[in-house]
Amino acid sequence: MSVADIAFYAFALTTVAGGLFTVLSRNPVHSVLWLILAFLSSAGLFVLLGAEFIAMLLIIVYVGAVAVLFLFVVMMLDIDFAALKAEMARYMPLALLIGLVIIIQLAMAYGAWDYSTGFETRLAAPAGDVHNTAALGLLVYDKYLMLFQLAGLILLVAMIGAIVLTLRHRKDVKRQDVLAQLYRDPAKAMELKDIKPGQGL
Amino acid sequence: MVEFFTTTNLGILLLTLGQCLLVLVPLLVALAFLMYADRKVWAAVQMRKGPNIVGAFGLLQSFADFLKYIVKEVVVPAGADKFVFFLAPLISFVMAVIAWAVIPFNDGWVLADINVAILYVFAISSLEVYGVIMGGWASNSKYPFLGSLRSAAQMISYEVSIGLIIVGVIISTGSMNFGDIVRAQDGYGILSWYWLPHFPMLFLFFISALAETNRPPFDLPEAESELVAGYQVEYSSTPFLLFMIGELTAVVLMCALVSLLFLGGWLSPIEFLPDGILWMIIKMVFCFFIFAMVKAITPRYRYDQLMRLGWKVFLPMSLAWVVLVSFLAKYEVLGAFWARWTIGG
Repeated sequence: MSVADIAFYAFALTTVAGGLFTVLSRNPVHSVLWLILAFLSSAGLFVLLGAEFIAMLLIIVYVGAVAVLFLFVVMMLDIDFAALKAEMARYMPLALLIGLVIIIQLAMAYGAWDYSTGFETRLAAPAGDVHNTAALGLLVYDKYLMLFQLAGLILLVAMIGAIVLTLRHRKDVKRQDVLAQLYRDPAKAMELKDIKPGQGL
Repeated sequence: MVEFFTTTNLGILLLTLGQCLLVLVPLLVALAFLMYADRKVWAAVQMRKGPNIVGAFGLLQSFADFLKYIVKEVVVPAGADKFVFFLAPLISFVMAVIAWAVIPFNDGWVLADINVAILYVFAISSLEVYGVIMGGWASNSKYPFLGSLRSAAQMISYEVSIGLIIVGVIISTGSMNFGDIVRAQDGYGILSWYWLPHFPMLFLFFISALAETNRPPFDLPEAESELVAGYQVEYSSTPFLLFMIGELTAVVLMCALVSLLFLGGWLSPIEFLPDGILWMIIKMVFCFFIFAMVKAITPRYRYDQLMRLGWKVFLPMSLAWVVLVSFLAKYEVLGAFWARWTIGG
């Protein structure tokens, strides 16, 4: 067993354990932390595959940004989680059914993918002596430029949509005008008075 | 003997372990003196003496502090999530330390010479936020929680602009390896370092680094006058020490990043002088001095000003710079000024 094998089994084990405890933890914050462990170990698996760029992106995007948002939301929730767990028993059969369907679908997909003829041609072109970051860049920004830009456009539309849906202009809220604050002139804002003793203003 | 260390598994393991210690021990010892330097600079600006009792000129102050921290009692607040409570300072410390695995101190003097080194550092520094969030949440107390929320929001905001600034440097170099990035700055001494072609970004990176490491003027997470000490309120003894070391290590890491990305790493500023680790150390200490000076002479930002600066000023500026640099590099404006990969950098 080589070092790479040991590393693979260690990462695979922690990925599965992380996923499992994400579901099983009583405390949702612990769930998110287990989820982060799963993300990190799958990044390790990517490194073992030689896809170090994807691995780093997985950590930066999912662990560094998405999971932090999860954690923010979950930390601030004030829910009775025991009651929530009791609900879980009710939906267990449905969840099991969905899980079964997904497993069967995956099995069918992978079975077909493995045994059909000419599946080698459907794999991505080998990177050759180019670093896989450069190879990925050439694929995404050269060969599949249009698809990539379209995907970006869809995300942009979704983002603008979310903003438009939640945007409302409220008249009764005081807004801060930073420029006005910066250009405030002491001469106009303040008035110096020379007050005589015993007179007041 | 040499064969034992290069061929057998045990030998390679021992060799790697030795190399790790060779980086880690000088780093931690240097940290002690940097902390002392930080306090001395601060004191000098305020016309105080600073630490001057322990050892000659107070040089051993950090070691005295260290001993004091580890012999104190560890207090765990009631209702705290014990496991997460102790995991948080460990994460904060470990994340700050493991980023050094890819930092080169001289040509080839690096633990792991990987080709996504800069992304690795970026990923690790984005993980540092977890120490803060977990510490604040696990303390089961309002002040640490508020402090951790503020800190996390701040760290995430400034990570975005740091990432974009790094992208500009990567475009110029055509590689994400620190060795390549530094070698691309070789040539006419100080004039070919990246601070010149990426001039405005040096300052943006430096200020973002201040915010990312929670240093003044962006030390809102632990604003002494409002939040006691932010997410660290409930920590005492060694866990607190770990948080502190983690924070300071992150600061020194940022100094190393500024030196590598913009100040030419181990390259000498004058063409005919020899390159070497000494230049790298001088540059890092210089950056740390600036960090300490900024701490001493700037007033703290208000929270909304901090967020405004991050999202409305730094993000658009760094994004625009990425686009600009892409064009300048693609059309090779001024020859290889921005497009360093064209001259085999």
